[in-house]
Amino acid sequence: MSAQAGHGASVRIEACGKTFADGTRALEPATLEIARGETLVLLGPSGCGKTTMLRIIAGLELPDAGGRVLFDGKDMTAVPIERRNVGMVFQSYALFPNMSVSDNIGYGLKIRGVPEKERAARVAELVALTNISGLENRRIDQLSGGQRQRVALARAVAIRPGILLLDEPLTALDAALRDRLRGELNRLLRALGITTIYVTHDQSEAMELGDRVVVMQKGKIAQIGTPREIYFTPNSRFVAEFIGAANIVEAAIENGHLVLPGGRQPIDGDANISAAVAMIRPETIRVLAAESAPLSGVIDSVSFIGDRQRLVVSGVSNRSLTVDAPNTVRAKSGERIGLSISPDAVRLLPPER
Amino acid sequence: MRDRLIFIGQFIFTLLVAGFLVVPAILSISAGVTVNYFRGIQSGVTLQWVAQVWELYAGTILLSFVVAFATLAATLVTGVPAAYALHVRGGRLSRIVEEIITLPLAIPGLAIALALLLTYGGFGDFRRSWLFILVGHVIFTMPFMVRSVMAVFATVDIKTLDEGAASLGASPWRRFRDVIVPNALPGILAGSLMVVTLSLGEFNLTWMLHTPLTKTLPIGLADSYASMRLEVASAYTLIFFVMIIPLLVAMQLFAEKEQKR
Repeated sequence: MSAQAGHGASVRIEACGKTFADGTRALEPATLEIARGETLVLLGPSGCGKTTMLRIIAGLELPDAGGRVLFDGKDMTAVPIERRNVGMVFQSYALFPNMSVSDNIGYGLKIRGVPEKERAARVAELVALTNISGLENRRIDQLSGGQRQRVALARAVAIRPGILLLDEPLTALDAALRDRLRGELNRLLRALGITTIYVTHDQSEAMELGDRVVVMQKGKIAQIGTPREIYFTPNSRFVAEFIGAANIVEAAIENGHLVLPGGRQPIDGDANISAAVAMIRPETIRVLAAESAPLSGVIDSVSFIGDRQRLVVSGVSNRSLTVDAPNTVRAKSGERIGLSISPDAVRLLPPER
Repeated sequence: MRDRLIFIGQFIFTLLVAGFLVVPAILSISAGVTVNYFRGIQSGVTLQWVAQVWELYAGTILLSFVVAFATLAATLVTGVPAAYALHVRGGRLSRIVEEIITLPLAIPGLAIALALLLTYGGFGDFRRSWLFILVGHVIFTMPFMVRSVMAVFATVDIKTLDEGAASLGASPWRRFRDVIVPNALPGILAGSLMVVTLSLGEFNLTWMLHTPLTKTLPIGLADSYASMRLEVASAYTLIFFVMIIPLLVAMQLFAEKEQKR
């Protein structure tokens, strides 16, 4: 579903920073726009300020003086969360232990004075949508982690919020369940088409769920872009290494080539610099016979993963290079192999500021 | 064989300790229904002492319960919201306030009473009414309510539940009513149990604050020990037991049921 066809409110935050009472700066003043119906993922390691930004949008934290939060162009900065019409899923789910599953889902509707009959119909609709039929009368402590996650989502969506806010909703689950629910959540978010802001430290969640991803580092926005942009054209070493696996290569440049210990690697674009830091994704490197390849090195280790095998090759660049090779390639550690990299797979990173 | 000997040894020791603690209570209670304690139980069993105590102290006993439940009401109305505010706000100021609330645990009741008398003793009507005792009891029992409610808040992550309810549109009052109080119920019950029991049994603070017309159960007890025959004082103890034990058992059962839920 495209952004134009989506539901909910658009969000704009202006110069929102956050300094806590003890003086720690959780968030540098940041400005960000989220279109109606868009799913925006705030991604970064713990302590990067992503949760603080979400809480400012939710109305659970006030931004420092000068910061503003706007929903559909209306200034909401001073409006408390209970009057912002946001649906929120907390990392710990915050389900009410004193209420049944259906009372939890219906609570926001009850607050809004929705008549009981209508409420029951809406709860039934969400129970079906989130696949938790049969659990309506359970107590919260009788639910598994995955079921709790669904109830929390159903409860947040029940009130038809203008904006859906999710704070690491899958982090509390084990890996297999997390993968399954990620796909389910993706389909659900697409079906709802509601403006969604999703906080996670997991880059695969960010890739799958986000229309756009905001990568954050130490309270600052490091890069904003679509998952493809973030993956293929990271603008810093931090983003390159945080998203997926990346080889970072430091080398001198001569006549449009990186000069490496294992050979010369052609590059695209601006060659008017004498040295560069480049990023090369492991899956863009092709394995060839040592004699006929532009680059060569010695295999340090081979890890068979199943759908591919991961080789660590030394002697090509200033540090060992990780290469994802097809699972049919025969490789043994200690062997000499040849490598070839397409020039457009080499991404020159801007010098660190 | 050896295990059995150890078990029997432990069992006998336990019985002795229990006996040491229980026998005085039994003796005291039985003295209350004996015609003449010095001649022993052969002198006959009677309820006359109990009747006499009831006649003399019915007002005192009633007042004790009035004070106890008024204390409970006051600690519920102020203590539960206070615990909520202290927990949600957090930080240094909250810790200081918590310490101040807890202070009456460490300060002797006599000193608190003296301070109250010095400050408010001049307000005659207030000084003479049972409300003066109520104030003392609220000061003394408040930390038990606040602390037991805060202990529950710490285990159920009440702050996130509160935020969850807020995100669904609930006003602070609705949140307090629908989410905070129901989830703090075990703590509120435990706190209530403490408050009522402590208020009913409180002596040293009340002793300083009471007037001849505002006496509570323990003051009446001291009064009868000092001025009446032993059988009357013992009958008083009996009444005290009969009053307080069902109350304690009821609240304990209620608390247990709540915990199992």
